[in-house]
Amino acid sequence: MTTMTPIPQRSSVRATETPTRIYGIMAEFETPAQITVAATKVHAAGYRFWDCHVPFPVHGLDKAMGVKRTILPFLVLGAGATGTTVAFCLQAFTNASSISIWALVWVSGYPFLISGKPLMSVPAWIPVIFELTVLFSALSAAGLMLFLNGLPRLSHPLLQNSRFRRATDDRFFVVIEARDPKFLRSKTEAFLKTLGAKHIEAVEGL
Amino acid sequence: MANLSASAPGLQSATKGFIESDNTEQPTEGRAPLVLNMHKFGEVTHQVCRVAENRPPLAWYIAFAICLSMLGFLGFCVTYLIFTGVGVWGLNNPVMWAYDITNFVFWVGIGHAGTLISAILFLFRQKWRTGINRFAEAMTIFAVVCAGLFPGIHVGRVWFAYWLFPIPNSMDMWPQFRSPLLWDVFAVGTYFTVSLVFWYVGMIPDLATLRDRAKGRFQQFAYGLAAIGWRGSMRHWHRYEVAYLLLAALATPLVLSVHSVVSFDFAVSQVPGWHTTIFPPYFVAGAIFSGFAMVVSLAVPARQLFGLKDLITMRHLDNMNKIILLTGCMVGYAYSMEFFIAWYSGAMYEKFAFVNRAFGQYWWAYWIMVSCNVITPQLFWFKRVRTSIPLMFILSIFVNVGMWFERFVIIVTSLANDYLPSSWDQFVPTWVDIGTMVGAFGLFGVLFLLFCRYLPMIAIAEVKAIMPEANPHPHDHGVPTGAVGALHEPQSGGSST
Repeated sequence: MTTMTPIPQRSSVRATETPTRIYGIMAEFETPAQITVAATKVHAAGYRFWDCHVPFPVHGLDKAMGVKRTILPFLVLGAGATGTTVAFCLQAFTNASSISIWALVWVSGYPFLISGKPLMSVPAWIPVIFELTVLFSALSAAGLMLFLNGLPRLSHPLLQNSRFRRATDDRFFVVIEARDPKFLRSKTEAFLKTLGAKHIEAVEGL
Repeated sequence: MANLSASAPGLQSATKGFIESDNTEQPTEGRAPLVLNMHKFGEVTHQVCRVAENRPPLAWYIAFAICLSMLGFLGFCVTYLIFTGVGVWGLNNPVMWAYDITNFVFWVGIGHAGTLISAILFLFRQKWRTGINRFAEAMTIFAVVCAGLFPGIHVGRVWFAYWLFPIPNSMDMWPQFRSPLLWDVFAVGTYFTVSLVFWYVGMIPDLATLRDRAKGRFQQFAYGLAAIGWRGSMRHWHRYEVAYLLLAALATPLVLSVHSVVSFDFAVSQVPGWHTTIFPPYFVAGAIFSGFAMVVSLAVPARQLFGLKDLITMRHLDNMNKIILLTGCMVGYAYSMEFFIAWYSGAMYEKFAFVNRAFGQYWWAYWIMVSCNVITPQLFWFKRVRTSIPLMFILSIFVNVGMWFERFVIIVTSLANDYLPSSWDQFVPTWVDIGTMVGAFGLFGVLFLLFCRYLPMIAIAEVKAIMPEANPHPHDHGVPTGAVGALHEPQSGGSST
């Protein structure tokens, strides 16, 4: 095993405290190929609460981990349809109706009659309908992706670990969480050792 | 460790058949690699992050000081305009749109390259986009900021600018949704929002990299806040990649729609010279043309100043110059087709408008436009020109100048001489017109320089993912199975892969 360059300790790491609980066990790998092989084996061993932390999306790693395809596209489809509907109703109400509704204040529509054109001039509304469809879809694609990922999250046990900082640089980590039903510290550590990890350590919990 | 890959036959057999039959992702033989002189992921991280971590070169401070003073002058011009009225500009009765709308269309056009690179090239699996997409997207956002300024201050009574939006109000007053000017509000507003989201989502993993490398407490806090807890989880990456693909698919029609809608501002009107159906595709081609020219103008000094030549390689610049050549030809075609249609339509006013453009009072503007947009980009047919740094820089500046004049020609010549000769007039810019135009470049420069200084200029995670070393199946590239250590050897990451 090669030695690593020492990483400066983050000042907030509470190294002196005795960890009453650990978050999980972290195994460090050096290449995408190694972690893909390791992930296949962890998945085959039947662990459920575990993850790989990688600096870039490794091609095929999600399949090796057995990650199910996300439902995000269907949610975004729904958001896009909402945008279409909102845009149509907005234009129909403001430009082609005289009904009153409560929206922050009581407001009424104003039937704009221009050059004798029909009030419901849908072709002229298409650009705004298109733009709002895209706007709703794009905002929901980004927002729901973060929501499903449990982000924003400003504190996490892994982010307290100074060695883990290379997960966004050039190292590949497998982390098996302590809450996993199959987790047993000694056994899991031994199991991760058989995967050929470069380094294995327990991550302090909260 | 050597038997790791060999001991996973299940994985290999599951993925091998798929990889071998689908060769879309494999680069063509003999092309230059997209990342030069680097075979470790850490080197890429360091190369990009050190720009944000170290003091910038002296040239950065000089450029920042110049841009900041131009921005100050913009503030002065805008304040003077608001306190005095739009009469301080050279606008007159027939020419009610001039520098303001010219600058608006110019900046919106510049803003098209970023989303084209990040969305359309992403859908076409053009891997070379990764080197340039981040700062092209930044350029897009800052250009749209500059663009948004001009209609905002042109409305006259700036304090009523919120009337552009359908905000519920006690006056029972609504915008008129049949007007292209209102479509423009929605198109540019949506474009700005979506571009910003796309840019930020793409930047989250790189902000996490900067957070994890940060030494100072303030940097740790600021980058930590911006990275919103990203920790590279593959389960997150999975949704992230799907979301990124969706954003690209949404931004692709959006980018084509924005300049189409901008062109409707003209095409839907009855003014000769504006009332043509060719405008939407012609404006979009012109926008991509000017946007790529601006990317080249910015990339050439940026890669020099910040030492990013191994990541923004000559191949990237060569590809961009090819796109400039292509879109330049499209623009040239549109110019000639406009003339043909003006003659073929048999419409007297239309015919006059085009002859007047080329030989009337603004003939010089027209010929500057043709020289810079149609003639000089033809030099890019030669590989020697496409790969010469000084020549491509000069030509890209020419294109920027030419595209500014294109908008000026379309807007001002059409308005100055329309149907009734007795109401013809000439537009002459005042110092406020020119000051606002120059100041907008200052605003753009300040934002761009701050971006270069504090944010990851290159998409670190995306560049790593396209390196040959990132392939988890080394046997597909001719490296013996199990020889994981050989991945870092130059031959596996060499020019053929």
